[in-house]
Amino acid sequence: MKLIHIAAAVATLVALPALAQGQLTVINFGGANGKAQQKAYMEPFEKASGTKVQAVEYNGEQAKIKAMVETKSVSWDVVEVESPDVVRGCDEGLFERLDWSKIGNKADFQPAAVRDCGVGIFVWSTVMAYDGDKLKTGPETWADFWDVKKFPGKRGMRKGARYNLEFALMADGVKPGDVYKVLASKEGADRAFKKLTELKPNIQWWEAGAQPPQFLVAGDVSMSTAYNGRIDAAQREGRNLKISWTGGIYDLDYWTIVKGSPNKDAAMKFIAFASTPDAQAEYARNISYGPTNNKALAKLDAKVLSQLPTSPGNSKTALQFNIKFWADAGEELEKRFASWAAQ
Amino acid sequence: MNAPAFDTGAEAVRRSLQRVQRQRRVVAIALTLPLLIFLLATLLVPIGALLVRAIENPEVAGTLPRTSNELADWDRHTPPPAAAFAAVAADLQALEDGSMAGALARRLNSEVSGGRSLIMGTFRAVRDADAWPSGLDAGATRERMLALDDRWDELKYWQAIAKNSSRWTPDYLLASVDLRRSAEGDVIRMPPDQRVFGRILLRTFEISVVVTLWCLLLAYPLAWWLSTLSARKANLLMILVLVPFWTSVLVRVAAWIVLLQREGLINKSLLSLSIVSEPLTLLFNRTGVIIAMVHILLPFMILPLYSVMKSVPPTYLRAAISLGSPPLAAFFRVYVPQTYPGIGAGGLLVFILCLGYYVTPALLGGADDQMISYYIAQYTNVNINWGMACALGAVLLAATLLLYGVYRRLAKAELSLG
Repeated sequence: MKLIHIAAAVATLVALPALAQGQLTVINFGGANGKAQQKAYMEPFEKASGTKVQAVEYNGEQAKIKAMVETKSVSWDVVEVESPDVVRGCDEGLFERLDWSKIGNKADFQPAAVRDCGVGIFVWSTVMAYDGDKLKTGPETWADFWDVKKFPGKRGMRKGARYNLEFALMADGVKPGDVYKVLASKEGADRAFKKLTELKPNIQWWEAGAQPPQFLVAGDVSMSTAYNGRIDAAQREGRNLKISWTGGIYDLDYWTIVKGSPNKDAAMKFIAFASTPDAQAEYARNISYGPTNNKALAKLDAKVLSQLPTSPGNSKTALQFNIKFWADAGEELEKRFASWAAQ
Repeated sequence: MNAPAFDTGAEAVRRSLQRVQRQRRVVAIALTLPLLIFLLATLLVPIGALLVRAIENPEVAGTLPRTSNELADWDRHTPPPAAAFAAVAADLQALEDGSMAGALARRLNSEVSGGRSLIMGTFRAVRDADAWPSGLDAGATRERMLALDDRWDELKYWQAIAKNSSRWTPDYLLASVDLRRSAEGDVIRMPPDQRVFGRILLRTFEISVVVTLWCLLLAYPLAWWLSTLSARKANLLMILVLVPFWTSVLVRVAAWIVLLQREGLINKSLLSLSIVSEPLTLLFNRTGVIIAMVHILLPFMILPLYSVMKSVPPTYLRAAISLGSPPLAAFFRVYVPQTYPGIGAGGLLVFILCLGYYVTPALLGGADDQMISYYIAQYTNVNINWGMACALGAVLLAATLLLYGVYRRLAKAELSLG
């Protein structure tokens, strides 16, 4: 985490003198996703526009953006943010409102991709993953994931309440469509935490998206929740990791422009470029995250499509992440999670 | 030479001496001035700002002045008057820009879940000039707001507004020790499922104590051995202590992940030597955190111990033994007491560094091995609740100062690093 800060600081220093000559600083989550973005968005955009793009990794800390906006020293232009942050940041004035006429036809995009301050970049999903070499028959449902008798071994789960409470309710028999309705009540939250307690001795927590594939390959856990693109990246490296799509939670990441960015025009151009069907299709070929521009789907072959969270087979039992619910209840539930974890 | 001339001579010498002394003082102050300014700018001012932020509460007072006024006499148990509804609508309409509403929404949401969507929804509705008729009276505004969002009927949101209408609040500090204010303003305990920081603070201390004790246990014999060697050998071995000390913490943490994982070097060796039959779980639990923290902090214990031990004359121990004391008793009754300053300095240094540890537990620990800094980072970065982050920081600072005070009282001396 420290490294990222240093990298960001260095990038800021490097970016300063170049501001005048058309340079754009784009912040993303790095890793396999960052590499795919480099190939599909940054490099072609540099070629097409002549604007140099400086890609910098971060871990999603919104504090930095808040500090930049508050002190009016904005050195980041385009930032990739997670869905709860796009809404919250827009409400609190951290991001510029976008001019959709410059980006494209709203109707071409998935409804969730269209926001006042953000454009959906891709659809990703948190799913069950396991090592096909170690488990011949994998888990089919969240109830299987909870069943340590049938599938012995540890379970990797993200450190935090988000996603895990939804998975716990699904393991307890709640239908995907009812999960957020149940979770909104006090009894529902109790039920989710109770179910999570059952699995607690067998959970190995992960923090960064790169960890679940490592855990699986190292044999630390027999199955894990994971971001589907990270599993896809491991598969491309020749690992026999498998995904079970049942009851996955899908969500979008968004492009935003930091309020007061000195390169607002170039930033808009970059976002518009990255939202074109061609660029998005190229991105999906490099990592199995689903395009938000529906026109990109026609450019992809069946093999790529079958790996995307948005394909009909994979999204049949999937649950869409409820931004509004987590924006409201997130702080309380995360605190409760910390309290639960300490018991 | 007559007497007055002598006097003038002495006076002149005294004056010139004073001048020289004054000059020296000025030079000394001038030399320390950069450091003083540096300390002020990088330490005292930020800490002051942190403490202020832990009790600052500008959001509600700054955005809802009319509402705060209307709610001043409200008993907080009966439904609020219709005028309060009208005041909320008027306050939200009067806001200069949306980011203020966002800040208000965040503040109320951290008090009552759902406050965010309630405020933002109402804010958007009352700002929509086409849909929200102007010139409504209080009763009609109330009807309209209830129709818009029936949560305006729930007292908890109103109580949160009323409670937070002053510019300063003890709430963050109370929350950081698992207390809160009830609707009437009495201090009560948090509901059980929201009690967390007391336990985390305790855990932070517990991990720090264990790490400090392990460091002492490992460092003491090593430092003692180093102090008995010749300078050349000691310097050579000291390099072995210092090289890891100079290596980045992240690199060392990553190395421990490689060593400690299920199919890592340690487990493989133990398995092949048939010491264990199942791989041990050394990672993502307390064991891993403590092993790595002891390793990282060990030099902070060795160095003060070594420098104190170097100054202990070996003759005392020899004298005690030659006077008939058994060697072990002589060691503990004559040698060890002379190294107390080193133990105190090393122990305090390691303990205080431990209290603020963040990266190591975050990377090597599970969900229940996180120390208080993890939650400070969480509130700073993820929840963007800086008031809460600052309050937790203030608690950590207070705990550290308290410990330092206790140490000074016990050691009756300034902290010395040997």
